[in-house]
Amino acid sequence: MTRISKRMGFQLSKVTCLLAACAAFMAGHVTMASAQSNGPLRIEITDGVIEPLPFAIPDFVAEDGGASDFARSISRVIAADLASTGLFREIPQDAFISGVSNFASPVAYADWKAINAQALITGAVSSSGDSINVKFRVFDVFSGQPLGEGLQFSGGAAGWRRMAHKVADIVYSRVTGESGYFDSRVVFVAESGPKNARRKRLAIMDYDGANVQYLTDSSALVLAPRFSPQGDRVLYTSYETGFPQVYVLDVATVGRRVLSSQEGTMTFAPRFSPDGRTVVYSLSAGGNTDLYTMDIASGQARRLTQAPSIETAPSFSPDGSKIVFESDRSGSQQLYVMPATGGEATRISFGQGRYGTPVWSPRGDLIAFTKQNAGRFHIGVMRTDGSEERLLTASFLDEGPTWSPNGRVIMFTRESQGETGEASLYSVDITGRNLRRVLTEGAASDPAWSPLLN
Amino acid sequence: MKHIAMTALFVGALAVSACSNDRFGNGRFGGGSGDFVAGSPSDPRSPAYFNQTIGDRVLFAVDQSTLSPEGVQVLTQQATWLMENTSYTAVIEGHADEQGTREYNLALGARRASAVQNFLIDRGVAPNRLQTVSYGKERPLEVCSDELCYSKNRRAVTVLAAGAFTS
Repeated sequence: MTRISKRMGFQLSKVTCLLAACAAFMAGHVTMASAQSNGPLRIEITDGVIEPLPFAIPDFVAEDGGASDFARSISRVIAADLASTGLFREIPQDAFISGVSNFASPVAYADWKAINAQALITGAVSSSGDSINVKFRVFDVFSGQPLGEGLQFSGGAAGWRRMAHKVADIVYSRVTGESGYFDSRVVFVAESGPKNARRKRLAIMDYDGANVQYLTDSSALVLAPRFSPQGDRVLYTSYETGFPQVYVLDVATVGRRVLSSQEGTMTFAPRFSPDGRTVVYSLSAGGNTDLYTMDIASGQARRLTQAPSIETAPSFSPDGSKIVFESDRSGSQQLYVMPATGGEATRISFGQGRYGTPVWSPRGDLIAFTKQNAGRFHIGVMRTDGSEERLLTASFLDEGPTWSPNGRVIMFTRESQGETGEASLYSVDITGRNLRRVLTEGAASDPAWSPLLN
Repeated sequence: MKHIAMTALFVGALAVSACSNDRFGNGRFGGGSGDFVAGSPSDPRSPAYFNQTIGDRVLFAVDQSTLSPEGVQVLTQQATWLMENTSYTAVIEGHADEQGTREYNLALGARRASAVQNFLIDRGVAPNRLQTVSYGKERPLEVCSDELCYSKNRRAVTVLAAGAFTS
């Protein structure tokens, strides 16, 4: 079994004394509009999107021989991160009028303006033993000023991709005013084999599909992994004993233990509370499925619902006070919100069709869900009171949304139909734009996004 | 005499079964397609008779866990067989078709398995001889994406095993 190397620590510091030309970012987002040519560089993310913001990123300068392996690769990962959002568009390097051969040289704004680069990202990499140092600056080309201070990261060379993601997160954040999501991981189910004998194993990867590592073998069916709020543990359902039970797995050691095993019951659909101490899950006994919470340290379980209907797919609100879940108590699958300690539940879904797998956004403002209507599946979002429902996708089978750490992007499972049908991972913006496949080596399902790494 | 012959057959079946199906290494019969099944379908005391002549599975309507009249007929015979062949236990697997979310289908499969379990217990089968498990939509029997396949995948299968449950 693969062991996951220890998370590497990064040191972040400012590059000398660049004056921060920090645009005053308004809190509370809204529209994404392209930056204007006078006024600070800024994308506002909203429904009205239009043109992605053009940026240029010359290959980072390698300041010594040891850095040459990483300089170009790092700038390529940064470019891919930004372009993958659909909010940015990279200007091809062959359009560049001037290059950047020295990190300290003044920026030739006119040359970048001439190719309509609204943002310019420059950087340099140096090495020392097994460590590398990455420094970078972002420029608002049209106002002729740096956008924020130059920063640098040092860390082990093996973590070069994470350093690139951190740079991209900062650029994204400076331009959109939102926190980033590139330095994050996704735990998912890697699938193989024919449709009637699927083999499934847990795997973890960077958000962009790189650095895949397997957490279990495929000897037992595994389903729906979920990250802890700290990203150090994963809850999932396994048929290891022949019966579905919730397990908790330590990501660093891949050690696992069953959460609870009560004779004659099945447990599934687990999720952590925001403080990581409690798990909410479904337990089936005598054919009836209800919701329970369990204190992980003590193993003390508490029953939250008591109804002959199906209660499943629970998810905590980010403040831990409420739980959204699905129930067929009304006769069909619908979404309900109740206090995290149980008690009266309020139905929030009222549209056509059936609603399942609700997940509270990390920002607290929206609930993502799977909707089935007229033979199609959709991923959608609604406000936490059920208003302003919007469907973001449609296909033969879309299900199981998970939120990016900043609450702007949703990843989910899309399965194609028929005997050659196969699952893959997709992501889409909460605006419904920028639907794209997340590249994985083989078939994949049940993604769960980690928080931003530290 | 007859007993001894059956036992020998049984052991052979176990060995084959363990190799042919990594899902069940513990002496269960049937459950999937193409499993080796002990005995002859015409020998009323054999698992093959249970699986093929009586029928090891019942089917359900979309989103339902209510037993159909055909299902009741099959389960009535299953109950009788189990009462007469008390050395067997059974795990009842509940399954759903692929139209539905993973979690909901697990819960639905649990309902279906439980409906069968309750029926068999009502007809006199000892509760400690029956266990249930739900596979939701994880183990379809038929792989096409239309009602022809879906109707066969919405099932509860009574999977025989030799001897008492261990655990």
